[in-house]
Parts: sequence; structure tokens; C-alpha cells
Amino acid sequence: MVQRLDYLKETPSQTAGPYVHIGLVPNALGNPGIYPEDLGRSPILPGAKGEPITLTGRVIDGAGMILRDALFESWQADAAGIYPGNDPRGTADPKVTGWARVAADFDSGIWRLDTIKPGRVPFPDGRLMAPHIAVWLVARGINLGLQTRIYFEDEAEANAQCPVLARIEHVERRATLLARKTGPGAYEIDFRLQGEGETVFFDM
Amino acid sequence: MFFRDRDWHPAAYTPGYKTSMTRAPHRALVAMGSTLSEETGPAFGHSMIGELDNNLVMNFTGQPAIGERIIMHGRVLDENGRGVPGVLVEMWQANAGGRYRHKKDGYLAPLDPNFGGCGRTLTGPDGSYEFLTVRPGAYPWPNHVNNWRPMHIHWSIFGSGFGQRLITQNYFQGDPLIDLCPIVNTIGKQEAIDVLVAALDMNRAIPMDCLAYKFDIVLRGRRQSFFENRKEGM
Repeated sequence: MVQRLDYLKETPSQTAGPYVHIGLVPNALGNPGIYPEDLGRSPILPGAKGEPITLTGRVIDGAGMILRDALFESWQADAAGIYPGNDPRGTADPKVTGWARVAADFDSGIWRLDTIKPGRVPFPDGRLMAPHIAVWLVARGINLGLQTRIYFEDEAEANAQCPVLARIEHVERRATLLARKTGPGAYEIDFRLQGEGETVFFDM
Repeated sequence: MFFRDRDWHPAAYTPGYKTSMTRAPHRALVAMGSTLSEETGPAFGHSMIGELDNNLVMNFTGQPAIGERIIMHGRVLDENGRGVPGVLVEMWQANAGGRYRHKKDGYLAPLDPNFGGCGRTLTGPDGSYEFLTVRPGAYPWPNHVNNWRPMHIHWSIFGSGFGQRLITQNYFQGDPLIDLCPIVNTIGKQEAIDVLVAALDMNRAIPMDCLAYKFDIVLRGRRQSFFENRKEGM
């Protein structure tokens, strides 16, 4: 016999279901009157330092259908690579809250995130990760929230040094995490849940 | 952060729940330890929580919703068994007839004009939370021809790190639909299903007012970072 490991088990996940908007973005859904405003409308406040960027994209299933009921949350550092809140390394730009809640448009399925490009954040061994935005994606049919990241195609040098991107053994799949630059400060990235061009999802 | 036990959670591809078949990644997840991007996370303050935000009976119009009045309460803990204080708990649900206030829900059961169906609160210093609501009704959904969701409430919980983010559902003790539900059965282990079933808690019921159910929620644990911070330890 050995000593017992008295850890609790994490509560099992269940899908967010088709009506996740009721709880998380009721005003955007058209259910005003409960909360004055939806949480996570923007990860930045006016005056945030850094390069303003707009990200747009779609979430696409294994049959090529665009999800109209997807929702994701994003979490990012400020332009200097410091996270707001509980980063042990210091205090972030007070105009950067870092977190956003982004729902796909009910008709087009296109989502949009207006933010600033984050700075580089160190991996646990001190090497720098490339600028990225952490994403946690939920929807009907997704049993456990999917973790992925948005990187930027115009950060080639940083991307080449990123220890997380380097962990993706199938080198050609790294491109699924790169937002494509479509204009000044404009990027586009789709999340493909399954099949050809499937987005890399992490267990981390 | 503790690693997720993905044999305990539901798998992504669960054909009994049809929508998962085209929304489950086919490729293996890329695994690695968490980084600062997962260890840090957003914080929420009391200033954003309204007085009635955790009272779904009254928070829509100020007039009481129709249904079985219940207190939902419990604690948010981590895998070390420690209460997680000051974290945001959000929940949403159908009304007593199983109808959601959502433009995509076309179920014939009527809306309750006094029920919005969402609530939120911050956990107390010991990780405890509490809501007053009405017990949601079961409802049919188009999966197999005669599938009905058991009574359930959806829960969204933040930890102190983005990597702890969790969405789940609770069920209610004694509901015979639990065993039949394809979404419940995406979870492979009965023991894991059992922890989603809130227990009737007569100790918290208020006589002549409302019943109570207890639902504890456990987030991923956090480990000490001593060795992780030592560069020579890599």
C-alpha cells in the first residue's frame, strides 16, 4: 500500500450548447435588461499602447459549414508582453484588460476582434514565445473547450524561434495558427475544427 | 498547472451526440506544459456585479418567475481541495417549461415573461457561491428522434488562469432522463457523470420558500512553481 493522493478530479466538461449566448453575451443576443453590458466586449481601452489590429474569421466544421453558434474567448498580453492581472513579472498597461469574448455573427458566422498586437512572452525556460493570442473556443457539438492560439504571419523571425510552434511536429500544420495579413493592421484567420487544414489545438 | 485528464472529460468525437461528429478535431492535440499564457487570466471585480445578478427569479423584470423555486449553491475548488475565491461563475438555463429565451429556440413551450435565464456571481473567500432560480424543465432536441435533455443548468467558470477555463452542466438528483441523454453519455465514466448531479440539500432549503441543491465545481489544480522557475532544472 502507498499513501493516498487526495486530489479532487476536475469537474467534467459538457458542451456549451446552442444557447451559450443567453448566459455569456445576453445583450448581443438581444436579451437586454439583466446586465448593463456584456462582459469582454473589448480586450483594450482607448489609449492602449501598441499596434491596433483587427482580426476577423470564421469557425468551420468538418463538412465545410460555417458555425453561427460558436463563441470564443481570447487572452493576450500587452504590447510589452506583460499580462494584466496576475503576471508575476510586473504590471501591464492599464489600458489593456487582455480578455475578450467573441461570438460569431448569427447570420454570417463571421467574428471580429479589435485589439492591439501583443508583445512576446517568455516560455517557462526563458526563451521567448512569438506574439500570440490564446483562444478558448466553445460551441454546440464541442464537448470540451478547444485551446488554440493566433499567431501572426508577419512575425516570421519570432515565429521561427517560438518553442510552442516548434512543438508542432507536422511542420506544415503550423501555418493553421498564422493570421494572414490582409491590409494595414488587418488580419484574417479561420478556425477549422476538422479535416483539411484543421487548426492545431493544444492540450496545455 | 495540473494536466487535464482527458479520459475523465468527454472525448471530442462522440457519435451518440451527432453534432460532435463534424466538430471534433481528427488530429491529435499538441501537448505541452502550460505557459504564462495559461497560468494568467482575467480578474473580475465586485463593481461589475449587480445586486440581483444571482437571483434569476427576480432579475429580468422585477416580477417573480414561474416555477419551482430553488437555491443552487456550492463551492468552486481546485484539485488540491482549496476553495477558489473571487472568481466569476456564470450560469444560464431554460425556464420551468424547458424553453430558452433565445431567438433560435422554437420549442412550443411558452416563454415566461418574467424569466430571462442567466445569472452571475463572484465566489466568496472560501470559494462558495449561491443562486436563486427556478428549476429548469426538460426539453426535446433534434438528435435522435426522441431525445430529451434532462433538467440542467449551464455553468461557465473562470479560475485564476486562462487554462482553467471550464464550461459544464449540472443535472438534478433523481432525474430519470440523465441516463438516457447522449450529451451526458459523452462522458465515459459513471463516476464522472455522478459529480455533475447536484444533490438535494434540505439543510439549505428555506421552509415555505424554496428547496436547495448543492453543486460543487472543481477546477484544474495549480502546482508550486519552484522547480519550474529554476533554469538549470529544465
